[in-house]
Amino acid sequence: MTQIALNTLSREAEDITAAYTAAGGDAAVLHNHGLSSLVISGNKVLSANATEGIVFEKKETEHGVDIKLTIKKGYKIPLPVHLCFGIVPKDGLQDIKMDFVAEEDSAVELIAHCTFPNAEKVIHKMDAKMLIGKNASLKYTETHFHGPHGGIQVLPKAHIRIEEGGSYYTNFSLISGRVGYLEFDYSVDAEKDSICEMVSKVYGKADDKIKILERISLNGENARSVIKSRLAITDNAESVFRGITEGHAPGARGHVDCMEVIQGNAKAEAIPVVRVDNPLAKVTHEAAIGCVDKKEVETLMARGLEEDEAIDIIVKGMLA
Amino acid sequence: MRGVNLELGDREIHSIIGANGAGKSTLAYTLMGLQGYEHEEGSIIFNGEDLAALSITERARKGITLAWQEPARFEGLKVRDYLAIGARGNGGITEEEIKEALRKVDLKPEKYINREVGEALSGGERKRIELASIITMKPKLAILDEPDSGIDVVSLKEIVALIQTLKENGSSVLVITHREEIAAASDKASLMCEGMILRSGDPLEISEFFKNRCIPCDNRVSPPKVK
Repeated sequence: MTQIALNTLSREAEDITAAYTAAGGDAAVLHNHGLSSLVISGNKVLSANATEGIVFEKKETEHGVDIKLTIKKGYKIPLPVHLCFGIVPKDGLQDIKMDFVAEEDSAVELIAHCTFPNAEKVIHKMDAKMLIGKNASLKYTETHFHGPHGGIQVLPKAHIRIEEGGSYYTNFSLISGRVGYLEFDYSVDAEKDSICEMVSKVYGKADDKIKILERISLNGENARSVIKSRLAITDNAESVFRGITEGHAPGARGHVDCMEVIQGNAKAEAIPVVRVDNPLAKVTHEAAIGCVDKKEVETLMARGLEEDEAIDIIVKGMLA
Repeated sequence: MRGVNLELGDREIHSIIGANGAGKSTLAYTLMGLQGYEHEEGSIIFNGEDLAALSITERARKGITLAWQEPARFEGLKVRDYLAIGARGNGGITEEEIKEALRKVDLKPEKYINREVGEALSGGERKRIELASIITMKPKLAILDEPDSGIDVVSLKEIVALIQTLKENGSSVLVITHREEIAAASDKASLMCEGMILRSGDPLEISEFFKNRCIPCDNRVSPPKVK
């Protein structure tokens, strides 16, 4: 068991804990030694707690932290592992390099909160390499909280390889506060009998810019995947979504589903790409961009809501 | 629509009967004030007030609401939250009241309360949730656009009972229907054809007229003459 205690007297620890709570995290889990957790503020590891079956290796660098997180062979981690990344000051650079391995027959859920509540000139980069071993399972939820200023660049990039029988579920959410500039780039190689589900939900406002690129290559027989994207943009925000699924093997099944709601002067572009080079593979797609559904708005207005309130509820529901 | 004269009493159940395309749903949308269904002539008076200048929201806050024939899908919105929305104007709603509304439409609360309205529910289930949202709102006038469509015959009795409950709770109900069972449970009925109300009166008589005169009528351009 690895354990670096979160020093509750540290000002930085207090700040990041408050920011973690603002992002929707439960701060109690960071102090619970029965749970695995990792707290990184800027380039400092403020706490790390690994329970049985989990190995954390971490190295502070000039502008971030290099992390290796391994779930050992055969371990099914019963409770989620909580990760907190953030920068509390209004400016800074956080460069995270993540090497994640879920060894054969292991299973884990990671819940990450990325919090930048005061960002005016912040860059958050993540470069991740993830390996989901044979029959292993990873469920990864990443929730961002950015505050109201929009002065942030979020640049997550990941390559995920899912080995035979493995499964990978990810849910990326950036709906609280301003997006700023988001360039999301994930690519997945899925081998035989593997499952991949990637969900992204983003709410852009003011002059936010959103670029999402998700690629899945179904290389193995009967590999299956879904890319699901829900974007809402308003004011002068802009978004470009590219969801690419390639079917290369017999029985491979993939689907790309993008729905974007636009309001005001926002501009949205959705490009679902399906490529198949095996006659026994099948990949489908759907994409829709438009205003909020009129019947939904009128239904809520007929229950007494103002039009703006109705739209807000519908958009939040879509992004929930 | 033209020549639509209709008077609905306090706590009255009034059925609007007519063939497809007769203008029944158009009447419902016009009363609710939906976009594209604003009336150009005539007036709609509710409790002595002309509704012409009022938006959908304002009409709803006066106590008018509409249950759509094909309810909207709301991705991510939980049934619990949907049913609570209409009750905001009445000072909110308790968990038990939400459950009770679901029971009244024959849905088990424990199975449905946390599901999403936009989930892959059947047409009948979505229709029942729509009706439950009317119950929690406690409107003065509930306009129900074909509440029986997509619902089996056994459930039709429950729809009739639900309409009676709305009345007992103080609502007037304008119900658009093809079903004799619903018309029979009404206090009054009106027959619509080609955008007109041809006659109003005893629901059984109107229902009989519809069955014997309108259904065989194959020339909808010339509506059947009324004595």
